[in-house]
Order: sequence, then C-alpha cells, then structure tokens
Amino acid sequence: MEVKPPVPRVPPANWKEITDLAEWEQYRQRRASDDKHSTALTAIAESVHEFPGGWIVTTTVEKVLNWARSSSIWPVTFGLACCAIEMMATFASRFDVERLGMVPWASPRHADLMIVSGTVTIKMAPMLKTIYEQMADPKWVVSMGSCANSGGPFRHGYHVVKGVDRVVPVDVYVPGCPPTPDALLYGLLKLQEQVAEFQTTGSRPRPIPPGD
Amino acid sequence: MDAVDPRVRVRERFALEPAGEPPRLTVEPPRERWIELARFAQRDLGCRYFSFLTAVDWKEHGLEVLYRVENLLAPLALTVRVKLGPGETHCPSLTSVYRGADWMERECYDLFGVVFDGHPDLRRILLAQDWEGHPLRKDYPVDMPHAPYR
Repeated sequence: MEVKPPVPRVPPANWKEITDLAEWEQYRQRRASDDKHSTALTAIAESVHEFPGGWIVTTTVEKVLNWARSSSIWPVTFGLACCAIEMMATFASRFDVERLGMVPWASPRHADLMIVSGTVTIKMAPMLKTIYEQMADPKWVVSMGSCANSGGPFRHGYHVVKGVDRVVPVDVYVPGCPPTPDALLYGLLKLQEQVAEFQTTGSRPRPIPPGD
Repeated sequence: MDAVDPRVRVRERFALEPAGEPPRLTVEPPRERWIELARFAQRDLGCRYFSFLTAVDWKEHGLEVLYRVENLLAPLALTVRVKLGPGETHCPSLTSVYRGADWMERECYDLFGVVFDGHPDLRRILLAQDWEGHPLRKDYPVDMPHAPYR
C-alpha cells in the first residue's frame, strides 16, 4: 500500500476576503440555454407555428400543460439531514402537500421535483447528481435550508459542498435552519408560480434573481 | 477481578507512574512499549473493552495517539497516550491485541495521517479514496478547493 508522506500546505487567503457573492456567481450551475424539456412538444409546436395564427393554439396548449404541471409536482422522497424531518412534516397530514397535487414518490423516474433537504457532502454530491439525472424532464430542484443553499454552519468544513447549486441547477432557495414546514410550503408555492410560467416550446425562463 | 491496585501493577511492570484516580487512569508509555502495555492491559488488568482510539495534533510538538480500554467488571478505565514526536507519523498497530482497533486506526489514518505499522488493511474509511491530505491536522486549510464541487 502506498502511503503519502504529509505535505505541509500553505494556508490560503482568509475566507473573509473572498466575496461570497462573486464566488456564488462563479460556481452556480445554470441551465443551458438550449435546455428544451420536451423535443416532441417542440416539434409539434413548431409545425403548428407554420400555420397562420398557430401561436394562439400553442400558447393555449402551453397554458393547459403548465396548469397540469404546476398542479401535479411530484417530489422524490430524498432526505439528507435534519431538514428531511421538516420535509416529512410538510408531507404529513398537518401541512398536507397533497392538496397541492404533490405526491411524495419514492422513485426519481416518476418525480418532477427534488427537494435537497440537508447538508450535501462532497462524497454525497455524485449520488445527488445521479438521482437528478435519473429524473425525467421537466424537473425542478428546491434547495431547502442553509446547508443546501450555501453550506450553512458547515460551510467552512473540509467535506461540505458550499451550496447544492454547485452540483445541480436550483430553482427555489428556502432559507432556514431548518426551515419550518410553513417556509417549505411557501417555497413550494413559489415553485408552482415558476412552473406556471414555464415555456414548453423553448428554453425556460431564467430563475428569479435573488434579492428584491 | 484483582484486588491489587492497578497503579501498583503498572508501576512494577513498566516503571511508570499512572496519573489519575483508580477508576480512570492515564499512562504515557514510550512508543516502544505501546504494544506491550496494550497486551498487559488486556491480559493482566482485564481491560477487554476497547473504547476508542484517536489522535491529537499538538502542532509543532507533533501528533499524539491515545486509546482507552476498560475493564467493565473491576471497574477500570485505562487511557494510554503516546507522543509520536514532531514530524513523526508512524505508530505500531494495536490490531494484534484488540480487533476493535481496526476501524479506529483506519479512521485515525484517514483524518490525522497516522500510519499504523502492522495494520492489515490501512485504507481510508470515511473520506473518498482519492482524497488528498488529512483534514483534522492543524495545518490542513479549511477552504482547500476540492474539485469539482468546491
């Protein structure tokens, strides 16, 4: 077995000197501009566009599809840490997300939404990305809690991914440590608003920028 | 169960003065007698329960490895500490005496970089196999970039 001798390392610059926002912009995962979520629908829409007045049909169809999508977002049951307890509370009868059409589903193949609930470690990040890639398009990601948003209290730990948006593109960030079920529910309602604006026939709109 | 005070037995056998009061004793042997003391603790003092093994990084004074074994019947809890010295990372393995030391030593190697000579399978246990460095060392930078997610 090969054992490497310890190498003394030069400590990097103080983390306080790093402007977090610039770093966030640098590492944030964005969706590609040609991220069309359904090639079949795109082809149909383009052929309909060839007729005069065809856009009326496509926009109407889009509205119907978005209504259907936003009222049946199925989250994949995927919990990482203590935020998962609050997520389970949200799924349970007191807060009852099923009235919003959300059915927690134990298979990424049937799910539309991944709620990243908890600290993402560097060792867990490839598995998280695999689950995300197993989900069928169109798909959304809610980053739940401080750890998934930015690393949270463990940000300066050696093993923590500083925000899940370095691994998968995120649509809604829910703050809190952990967020209450009310906060997560608000985030899910915000996600429904985003899905209602979803464009079937082209690249989807950019997520709402952070801040007011 | 032995009526003889374990402090007396350690003093007679190793010429060491254990610190602390009888339920909880601390011994600091030289590194050469590390295994011998473990065997003595297991067979003669009856400390069959291997509680934990860990290390401390004292910066320029080097690493210190310590373990704690307990005799649940006596009761007696013996903490054994050994200073490896500055820059030294090699330490004899306790796996020939305590099987429970196996994973503890792997963890200690993983996080502190202590190389246990004689360990049957000294691999990383918590971090990924391609990890560089040993993160609980004091000279490990907290914000070291780790591609592709950091």
